[in-house]
Amino acid sequence: MPDVSFGATVELRDLQRSFGSTRALDHLSLTLEPGELVALLGPSGCGKTTALRVLAGFERLDGGTVSVDGTEISGVPAQKRGMGMVFQSYSLFPNMHALDNVAYGLRMRRTAPAERRRRAMALLDMVGLADRAKQYPHQLSGGQQQRVALARALAIEPRVLLLDEPLSALDAQVRLQLREQIRGLQQRLGTTTLFVTHDQEEALSIADRVCVMRDGRIEQVDAPAVLYKRPATPFVAEFVGTMNRLPARTAGAAVEVLGRRVAGGSADGRFPDGAAVEVLVRPEGLTLRRDEGGRGILTARTFLGSVTRLTVLLDGEPAASVKVDAPSDEAAALELGSPVTVELVDEVVMVVEPRPGGVAGSVPAGATIGR
Amino acid sequence: MVAVDASVYGGEGMRKASPAVASRPRRAGGLWRPVLLLAVGAYFVLPFVAALRYALQSDTGTFSFSAFTGITAQQGFGPAIGLSLRLLVLTVALTLGLMVPTAVYVHLRLPRLRRILDGITILPIVVPPIVLVIGVLDVAPTFAKASPYLLGFEYVVLAMPFAYRSLAAGLAAIDVKTLFEASRSLGGGPLQTLRRVLVPNLRAALLSATVLTVALVLGEFTMASLDQYQTFPVWIVAFDQNNSHVSTAVSFLALFATWALLMVISLLDRRGRTPPAGGE
Amino acid sequence: MLGLAPFAIYALVFLAWPLADVVVGAFESGNPGGGLTLANLHAAFSGVYRQGFVTSIELAAITAVVPGVVGLLVAYAVETSPHGSLRRVVTTASGVFANFGGVPLAFLFIASIGSTGMVTRWLAAIGLDPYDHGFTLYSFTGVAIVYLYFQIPLMVLVVTPALQALRPQWREASESLGAGSWAYWRRVGAPILAPSVLGAMLLLFGFGLSAYATAEALTSGSIALTSIQIGSFLNGNVIAGQANVGKALGLGMVLVASLSMVVYVLLQRRVSKWSQ
Repeated sequence: MPDVSFGATVELRDLQRSFGSTRALDHLSLTLEPGELVALLGPSGCGKTTALRVLAGFERLDGGTVSVDGTEISGVPAQKRGMGMVFQSYSLFPNMHALDNVAYGLRMRRTAPAERRRRAMALLDMVGLADRAKQYPHQLSGGQQQRVALARALAIEPRVLLLDEPLSALDAQVRLQLREQIRGLQQRLGTTTLFVTHDQEEALSIADRVCVMRDGRIEQVDAPAVLYKRPATPFVAEFVGTMNRLPARTAGAAVEVLGRRVAGGSADGRFPDGAAVEVLVRPEGLTLRRDEGGRGILTARTFLGSVTRLTVLLDGEPAASVKVDAPSDEAAALELGSPVTVELVDEVVMVVEPRPGGVAGSVPAGATIGR
Repeated sequence: MVAVDASVYGGEGMRKASPAVASRPRRAGGLWRPVLLLAVGAYFVLPFVAALRYALQSDTGTFSFSAFTGITAQQGFGPAIGLSLRLLVLTVALTLGLMVPTAVYVHLRLPRLRRILDGITILPIVVPPIVLVIGVLDVAPTFAKASPYLLGFEYVVLAMPFAYRSLAAGLAAIDVKTLFEASRSLGGGPLQTLRRVLVPNLRAALLSATVLTVALVLGEFTMASLDQYQTFPVWIVAFDQNNSHVSTAVSFLALFATWALLMVISLLDRRGRTPPAGGE
Repeated sequence: MLGLAPFAIYALVFLAWPLADVVVGAFESGNPGGGLTLANLHAAFSGVYRQGFVTSIELAAITAVVPGVVGLLVAYAVETSPHGSLRRVVTTASGVFANFGGVPLAFLFIASIGSTGMVTRWLAAIGLDPYDHGFTLYSFTGVAIVYLYFQIPLMVLVVTPALQALRPQWREASESLGAGSWAYWRRVGAPILAPSVLGAMLLLFGFGLSAYATAEALTSGSIALTSIQIGSFLNGNVIAGQANVGKALGLGMVLVASLSMVVYVLLQRRVSKWSQ
């Protein structure tokens, strides 16, 4: 088992980078604590990959600084930063077999050949590919290639590990397995890790903290649970997990939604009394029951295992289509087209302005508003 | 010389591997780049300049357009260019008529043979015109040898690789199978499909194949001279004895015309380029 | 399979038949009534013909290696340049120049570095007249210089896709693992490019070997190249009984070319195996 390396503290301070007229990084600041895995999550073009590449040294900065363990490294070339990096795909050197690929970094450090081989084999063993040491990249599957790439990055005992959407190019099944493996290794070694992804489920499942980005800026950085339960902005609320948008009306300090008055939801004076607004609620925050006089009609169902996600079309001004989670047993009893009543069971997550020109409804996870 | 297209020898295997261009590293810096490119550029441009200069001189050394304007009046020019043009038409017609159905057929019905037929590109190297012509002169029956059109039939062999590769590249870029099946399901027979569906979609590839064939025929010297027919290139050499200014002027124009034709292809190529269908 | 019939028949009549004639004829005695013999081959590989082969191979080799290197450098310079338009210009230009050759090209060079060529006179004006120092366009060296004109662009065309297939991730991964430029090229870049570059040079070699028109136009057949020598057989310079030596020469050419193409194909296969 390789030596345990303790991760470094990484400080990104006020990063600025533009490409032409596009602002990829807009005064972005983030600190990574030793040993933690931070996921950079966001839609394409939000700047997450740029941030990672700046840290790696492959992208120049227009402004701001990068520090590792208190030392500024903004001017240090990538070659000297000693950070392990795993790319999205096809980064293994095709002319070398797995063992030589993994040993490459050690060769650059002039480690003795026998020692090199030993350590490379140990790493391949750690990712479960010791039996494929002499195989070439084109003989390995996508998942296997990424595991070798991971071993290669870890071979140099980096204190910071950078992963640029390492799972995006893989099959769903492989993705899940590899995800756990990466997390396991990272925790065991205590390496500070920055993980870039556009898949919110991926980010939430393995990260210590998730940093949601948009347009070069950070929307929110928090533990996954906090992000899910208490999103700071509508963008985060709708990007992370599935979210419903329901038409509502303000009434004093409360809002009126689904025929009931519900407390707060941070209406807090942002809207005049009686204004038409929209309310964000999670599918698990709603419930439904069959009701001949109900305002809703069941239009679709998606079986998710123990829970079924039901789509209901609510009539009203305006109409809205919402997703409600219900235990599968109960859901099975309802046929499509049945009249139902939907009720709120949980707190309202957030009160927001109605989306311009759009029909209120549910927003699937990872969606972006108004792009 | 040969009719070469970027797609012809560009390494089939490598094509699959080309990633998105966006993240190509830009390594600026270094003086060697401009120096190298300038030096190489000069090597390529100077002969043109020199030829133009020489062509614009008369025998007495004064500036004159006579070498250019007088081309058509030169002895033997008419018949030579006429012969070349007739051979051109014959070659293009035969080449396309032969290679288009073949390329389509292989693409659709015999995908495994595709690799083997791709090997056709090394034909001009393995069986160069100089070797071919000996054989031809030997086996061709006398009636065939008496006609210059025999050359045309042989030119088809020379043009085959380039035409085939152009067409194969064009076919690969459009989803031939689906188009064919759609047409068949709507009642179209194979020839009709070829004419109404495929050919319009293959316009750029067809044009490219045609232009390459044209460049080949107008430049082919080896077989023509040894067959003892005075085609255009043969005429240029023979005429050099009389008036080298004219020969040079003609050479200049011939290469200029080739350049213009090929520029046309590359412009068409860029404009009409549709992204390859599906994940390749 | 039937759909291939027209093509197959055509290829048989106009390609395979003449080729077979050359191959078989190489073994046929030039004397009437004579049977099969190795005399032609023997003659083809001795004396002035042997010299022809040697010279041809030398010429092909030089005009494969030199343009190979120059072409590779040009392609690399263009690929890594920050100016995108440069790439377009060079690619288009290469596509055009690779098709030049033969007679018109010869005349262009006569006009520039012939004995009274433009460049020759410029050099003479500064006291460096090459013809004073033994150089002449109408020689091996001259022909080689002219061959560069289509060999270099051909190299650029063939090698560019190979350079483009060098994924930036490899360079970046290499850097993140602590390797500098030199180490990267030595361990990753060059080994990956090598088969493509060698294959490209073999292609150039093949073209340089089989070229006829340019050399003929420049030297009027006075240079000892196999292709020229074959040509002279057709022009009627045949010694009695040696009629089929020309065919033997042709066979020799085909063999050498085939050999280099076999290696080329093998290299291509290695390349496509890696780029999955």
